[in-house]
Amino acid sequence: MFRQGGTFLGALALAGCSGDLSALDPAGPAARDIARLWWAMLAGSALLFLLVMGLFALVMLRPEAGRRWSPRAWIVGGGILMPVPVLFVLLLFAFGQGERHLPWRGEHNPVRIEARAHMWFWEFHYLDYPDVEPTVDVLHIPANYDVDVIATSDNVIHGFWVPRLGGKVDATPGHETLVRLYADRAGSFGGICAEYCGTGHAGMTFRVEAHTPAAFRAALGLGEEETE
Amino acid sequence: MNGERNETALALHRKLSEIWGTPPGLGRLSAVNHTAIGLRFIVTSGIFFAIGGLLAMLIRAQLATSASPFMDEGLYSQVFTMHGTIMMFLFAIPLIEGFAIYLLPKLLGARDLAFPRLTAFGYWCYLFGGLMLLGALAAGVAPDAGWFMYTPLSSSVHSPGINSDVWLLGVTFVEISAVCAAVEITVSILKLRAPGMSLARMPIFAWYMLVVAGMMLFAFPPLILGSILLEVERAFGLPFFDPERGGDPLLWQHLFWLFGHPEVYIIFLPAAGVLSTLIPVFAGRPLIGYGAVVAAIIAMAFLSFGLWVHHMYMVGISHLAMAFFSAASALVAVPTAIQIFSWLATLTYGRPRFSVPMLYVFGFFFVFVIGGLTGVMLAMMPFDKQAHDTHFVVAHLHYVLIGGFVFPMLAAAYYWMPHMTGRFPVQHLSRAAFWLIFIGFNVTFLVMHLTGLLGMPRRVHTYAAEAGWDTLNLVSSIGGFVMTFGFALVLLDFVLQYRYGRAFPRNPWKAATLEWAMPLPPPVYNFASLPSIDRRADRIAPRETGAHLAAGRGYLGFVRNGQMETLGVSITSGRLEQLIVLPNNSFLPLWTALATASFFIAMLAKLYWAVPIAMLLVLFFFLGWTRVTGSRADCGALSVGEDEDAVPHAECSGAPSWWAMVFTLASNATLYASLLFGGLFLWTSAPGWPAQEPPGMSLAFSALTAGMIAAGGALGAAAARRAGRAPRTFLLASAAAHLTATLLLGWMALNGVPDRTGHALSAVCFAILCYAGFHTALAAVFALYGVWRDATGFISQRRDLDLRIGRLWHLYTAVAGVLGVAFIHLLIAMGSAGGAS
Repeated sequence: MFRQGGTFLGALALAGCSGDLSALDPAGPAARDIARLWWAMLAGSALLFLLVMGLFALVMLRPEAGRRWSPRAWIVGGGILMPVPVLFVLLLFAFGQGERHLPWRGEHNPVRIEARAHMWFWEFHYLDYPDVEPTVDVLHIPANYDVDVIATSDNVIHGFWVPRLGGKVDATPGHETLVRLYADRAGSFGGICAEYCGTGHAGMTFRVEAHTPAAFRAALGLGEEETE
Repeated sequence: MNGERNETALALHRKLSEIWGTPPGLGRLSAVNHTAIGLRFIVTSGIFFAIGGLLAMLIRAQLATSASPFMDEGLYSQVFTMHGTIMMFLFAIPLIEGFAIYLLPKLLGARDLAFPRLTAFGYWCYLFGGLMLLGALAAGVAPDAGWFMYTPLSSSVHSPGINSDVWLLGVTFVEISAVCAAVEITVSILKLRAPGMSLARMPIFAWYMLVVAGMMLFAFPPLILGSILLEVERAFGLPFFDPERGGDPLLWQHLFWLFGHPEVYIIFLPAAGVLSTLIPVFAGRPLIGYGAVVAAIIAMAFLSFGLWVHHMYMVGISHLAMAFFSAASALVAVPTAIQIFSWLATLTYGRPRFSVPMLYVFGFFFVFVIGGLTGVMLAMMPFDKQAHDTHFVVAHLHYVLIGGFVFPMLAAAYYWMPHMTGRFPVQHLSRAAFWLIFIGFNVTFLVMHLTGLLGMPRRVHTYAAEAGWDTLNLVSSIGGFVMTFGFALVLLDFVLQYRYGRAFPRNPWKAATLEWAMPLPPPVYNFASLPSIDRRADRIAPRETGAHLAAGRGYLGFVRNGQMETLGVSITSGRLEQLIVLPNNSFLPLWTALATASFFIAMLAKLYWAVPIAMLLVLFFFLGWTRVTGSRADCGALSVGEDEDAVPHAECSGAPSWWAMVFTLASNATLYASLLFGGLFLWTSAPGWPAQEPPGMSLAFSALTAGMIAAGGALGAAAARRAGRAPRTFLLASAAAHLTATLLLGWMALNGVPDRTGHALSAVCFAILCYAGFHTALAAVFALYGVWRDATGFISQRRDLDLRIGRLWHLYTAVAGVLGVAFIHLLIAMGSAGGAS
């Protein structure tokens, strides 16, 4: 009964969190880890919030009850002993997670794509397939495969972001920045410019199409893969 | 006996009011009194808050539904840019300055701040700079690149209109006021306290403001430098940020956030200072953990300068560096928690009572704790990669700024309104207003976290219905309008209190700090006589102390030669040190600010020929300020009452103006260090290095220039040691050396760096040469000013203050100039093709 209720609530929460651009509706390991981190931090924060507000209510309504702890215990306990371990664990965990999704990790060579930001559209160059024409506002990637996107710009700063697949990265003129995407299923995912880039900012959306290997080659207009 | 004392008190009150008062009518424009100027700051910032709030309403109207036709993208970008700019630069910082200017002398037992005319000048700069921005908004050419003005979007290529110039010039103008206030507040807290008030006895609010003013001295210069460089790039084509010519847009981000993150704490800490002042009053006992709180705010100030990169996780910096900044960002939670738990401990060991200010304290706890927790979330780099630049961040920053600033400042307003008006509020409206703001706020911004996580970026003027953000945005918009009604009700409440509140002459909250030891509303001179402090200054008895002081039984309970007198103490011990004679009302601050405005308007209108004229005009007016300072005869120690004597500040080694120069130079050195850092940063990070056509500098010529700068500085500094023994020879020689150095630097700038619009290396060298040349030219002015003062009899062996202030400038110029010349050679060697790199 409880379990069913829990499942139901979970389903409701997930329905509220789904969406083409939702970071809470992950379709890849990086986005999924970050979504988990969010839910864990949300739960922890809710507890800490209730604790502080509970203490505030206590000291306002029944101040004498708070005097069982010395003033020093209040300040050292609440100001140092409570936050420091929480922050320490959180930092270690987040650092480990960040490390895990860094672009240089992975057993095989990732597909490399250059995302060139313009005002206001995206142009994707397939660096591993020099003969393939660049695509505009549609990025084809193979599903279940590491993809490294190198973002750059020759005008203003833009932000490359595919919320369901992973974090964002700035496309800065004069610099190349790297973000790893991984879609664990074939499908179509929304992308959007995250950094304000002028009057066309809101319209600077794009799509990421994740394909099976054969469909990926077809989408790029490549022939059947030769057997090695 | 009692009647006689009252009569003396009344006579003293009349005499002091005559000396300290502000004339009526247009004469008000000459006011320099801190109470008057403080209130002007507060009221003006309130008006800007209302304008910024109306802009926020336009934003919420636009976003209430998908595909809204209300505003087009061009207008929308002006609206959100101006909303942020107004709230940060024209509301928050000036409101803090206003409260500090109004309160500090009263809390510290002084009659005014150290530099009343500077207070007035700061106000005019703030007002004129703000009007420049508002004028642009009315004319439809307001800044539109976002309140942090990221370049290249704000560059002349992508923003060819004057919109970005308005921001860069207008905000810099307003920042002059912030830096003036920072110097003034720092010196006033350190020197202008009641005798006996050591640092450790200061009311806690003074500690907060001391730390905040110190932070302002070091946080604003990077932004001022960045604004100057970007304006110079836009106006004259020197490429500091253009990646195609050796510049780097990331340099702007570093300079901006080097300011921008401390800025958040500059805004939060005064509000926390308000809480540390109010909570003890409503708990009915002194603050618990005074020492821990002081340590926490100092720690926070240091940490806040190590966090700026957490605004830049997306620009591609190494993971280890990010881990460092992530840890530092999370660590800020510790000093915050220490303060929060000190407040809880104070409440639990007191007898807390609920009243309107405490309602806002509750609002602070509720809202700010959520903002702090989401702040820790954002400090976690992986999470930030998703949440950055989305509405999650918008929600977070409003929780922090409204929770951590607006709620405490409303508590402060309700708490100190009776002080400002002498009247007590009508309570019913106040509570309704609070709940409207509180509920409206949470409805607006709590759901906005989710909007962001569902993928809505910041600063979009429209979104597709399929995105699924309609309901959340509509809820936020409704909440926003509820909150606006709440603020309107607060305004009405204040007006009613001002008009109809019942009179309440003394200490309505039973507080134990000095500002309540005076009749309300406060007299222009604050205290008819100044107290002597023998305990921590949040434990005094205002009623008894107030009567004692009003009767003229403390220090300076008399008038002398119609002078405006207050006392100066030694910095740490609070021992009586000097008698400070303050300047009276003057129109000069207004004229100087108008001259400064003409400089900014000439820049904005691209009338570059008028710019040097405007600068000379500013210099002329500033020199005019010195006409009423100083004395032509040695005076020696004078009686200050309480059987004690003190020397006038002009004859004291630690005069406030000497310290002001020390802090001004520290702030100036930060600006210079930011410039040198910029050069090194471009060398390591920017594309297009090494430079193909580096500047050609002859080593011999540079050595000659450096030698001339050093000679000018050394001679000017040595002159101060010869006060009263013909310093004129040294000063004239110093002026000659400085003028020669200025010419040499000018020659180097014009002929040594021909490619200054072609590559950032040359542009940086040019900027350093200009900086050095500006300083040597002003050093020559200081030297000649010394000659003038000496010739007119203002200098003697005892009265050497003018020369000692000049000495600081001479020494700084010598060090900065020689360092600059050497740095240029280093940068050229490292950064040119065929050089060392």
